[in-house]
Amino acid sequence: MTDTTAVVAEVVEPAATAGQPPQRPRHQRTILRLVPLTIGAFVFLFPFYYMLIGSLQEEPDTSVGGAFPNPGNLTTNNYSDINGSIGLLQSLVNSGIFTAAVVFSTLFFGLLAGYSLAVLHYRGRGVAFATVLLVQTLPFQLLIIPLYVLLVRDYGLGDTYLGMILPFAISAVAVFIFRQFFLQLPVELFEAARIDGASEFAILRRIAIPLARPVILTVTLLTFIGPWNEFLWPFLVTKQTDMQPLAVSLANYISNLASRAANPFGAILAGACVLAAPVIALFIVFQRHFTPSDIGSGVKG
Amino acid sequence: MAVAAEVPPPAAGVATATPAPTGGRNPRRRQLTGYLFVSPWVAFFVGIYAFPLGFAVWMSFYEYFFAAPGADVDRPFVGLDNYRDALTDPQVRQSFGNVIVFLVINVPLTVVVAIGLAVALNAAIPFRAFFRTAYFVPYVTASVATIAVWLWLFSSNGLVNKLLGPAAPDPPFLINSTLAMPTIAVYVAWKQLGLYVLLYLAALQNVPKELYEAAGIDGAGRWGKFRNVTWPGVRPATTLIVVLSVITGSNLFTEPYLLTGGGGPNGASASPVFVLYQRGIEQGDAGFAAAIGVLLVIFVAIVSVLAKYLSEWGTK
Repeated sequence: MTDTTAVVAEVVEPAATAGQPPQRPRHQRTILRLVPLTIGAFVFLFPFYYMLIGSLQEEPDTSVGGAFPNPGNLTTNNYSDINGSIGLLQSLVNSGIFTAAVVFSTLFFGLLAGYSLAVLHYRGRGVAFATVLLVQTLPFQLLIIPLYVLLVRDYGLGDTYLGMILPFAISAVAVFIFRQFFLQLPVELFEAARIDGASEFAILRRIAIPLARPVILTVTLLTFIGPWNEFLWPFLVTKQTDMQPLAVSLANYISNLASRAANPFGAILAGACVLAAPVIALFIVFQRHFTPSDIGSGVKG
Repeated sequence: MAVAAEVPPPAAGVATATPAPTGGRNPRRRQLTGYLFVSPWVAFFVGIYAFPLGFAVWMSFYEYFFAAPGADVDRPFVGLDNYRDALTDPQVRQSFGNVIVFLVINVPLTVVVAIGLAVALNAAIPFRAFFRTAYFVPYVTASVATIAVWLWLFSSNGLVNKLLGPAAPDPPFLINSTLAMPTIAVYVAWKQLGLYVLLYLAALQNVPKELYEAAGIDGAGRWGKFRNVTWPGVRPATTLIVVLSVITGSNLFTEPYLLTGGGGPNGASASPVFVLYQRGIEQGDAGFAAAIGVLLVIFVAIVSVLAKYLSEWGTK
């Protein structure tokens, strides 16, 4: 479902291209490049800055001057407003449970399946791997209605964590990445442990997983973004406000309740900041792990 | 436990590069372990993908609607009726038309800006890591959060209209039936560009440097080099980006629902998934909605193939 996030890992550190005959002085060409890049960075980042400024304004100020912080117009009331309206803590707890469960089950089942598909030999392994590749091309929009009918209507999983989690419980991308990683480990490593009498589960736990730590971190980061940001599925599953993840409760606030608040945009933007902050922080801290080149070779496959 | 005297051959018919396991304690047990480890994935594949997919196609041939739990209702086979109804439904037709409006604006905008930024970024320049991170931030942030600030920026009293002054559109962007869908197309381009810049950046590494030197000897300028070396060299990335944009554009839901307040004025920004949600889940006509889903998948497949040919056009 979050296929595209996997390609992020594909990018290798680009080597600066040299070897072109200089047509202009070097610094002039650098400036020529910096102008569009700086405009781009402004366009990409300004809305985030504006989100923060807007969330701190007592009176919404949409004039050009309002884009700069004005000490007379600063407040944290918007955060208490949104907290009072949608219960920030409960929403964050729901987002946290949803995300943590998806990450844990993606790692657990993904490691098992990836190890099985890479290291163990059994009849039907090729078919099982083909399903992994197939899933990455399947359209999720066709699944919305049948999954809703099955999980929410037939199995009664509406307003439960399980109902939210199930469609995201294993990621084909994660299985694929783990399989590619285990394939490149030398076979002798596993053979030696087997001769020593270790069970396959022990080999996975004591040898394969410790070696896979960097890949596990990458998969954790890629997986985290999916459920934390996901709107459509939890929106369909949860009708009770005390079960809704933050993305859903904030969206409902935007479409239903905002008209009643004193400063609706301030409260909406305060909620948006709370929703955006954890992912942006993780991304900036771990950005190197979003682009390891060893996975690049794997995902290209 | 004695090692079995006659070792069964390793799974026949499975293509494998690794040598057949020679040692090991018990091949049959390893075979079982393999099944055990992969079984959660297989169960997930069947339960979450294969069965629901078949169920969706089956449902689209029946008059399938929601009933009170436990109620025994008749859900007759109706053949292609749901498809006929969907294809003649004005709301459905409008939503597919909206996707085409979206693609016509979003795809060229995305490709031109992404390749431009990637080429500019592909050199030893100051603050390179900063730029790359900056472009990627919208992509990793929740749609609901970024839509919140776009709502504010593009509201009737918003900063964008203040900057435009007398040129501000009336009615304002998000409730203007001509501009609602184009605004969504620009928003999605902004949100996804970081990913596409990174894809182009990776593709640029695979363009052979010798080709630039050869083009230089032939007297090609900067534009000539871009036209004859860079652009053909990154063609696979262009195809991938165009196909990803088509898939993204066909899957829009959050944007029409939140940014343009439930499909825009008179459904001017309603997307097929939004209509599918309204008819299938809000109004309970699941058979009809399943037919929209099938039509949408066919639409994506056709447009993706067209887009592939279009992105290869002129590079042969």
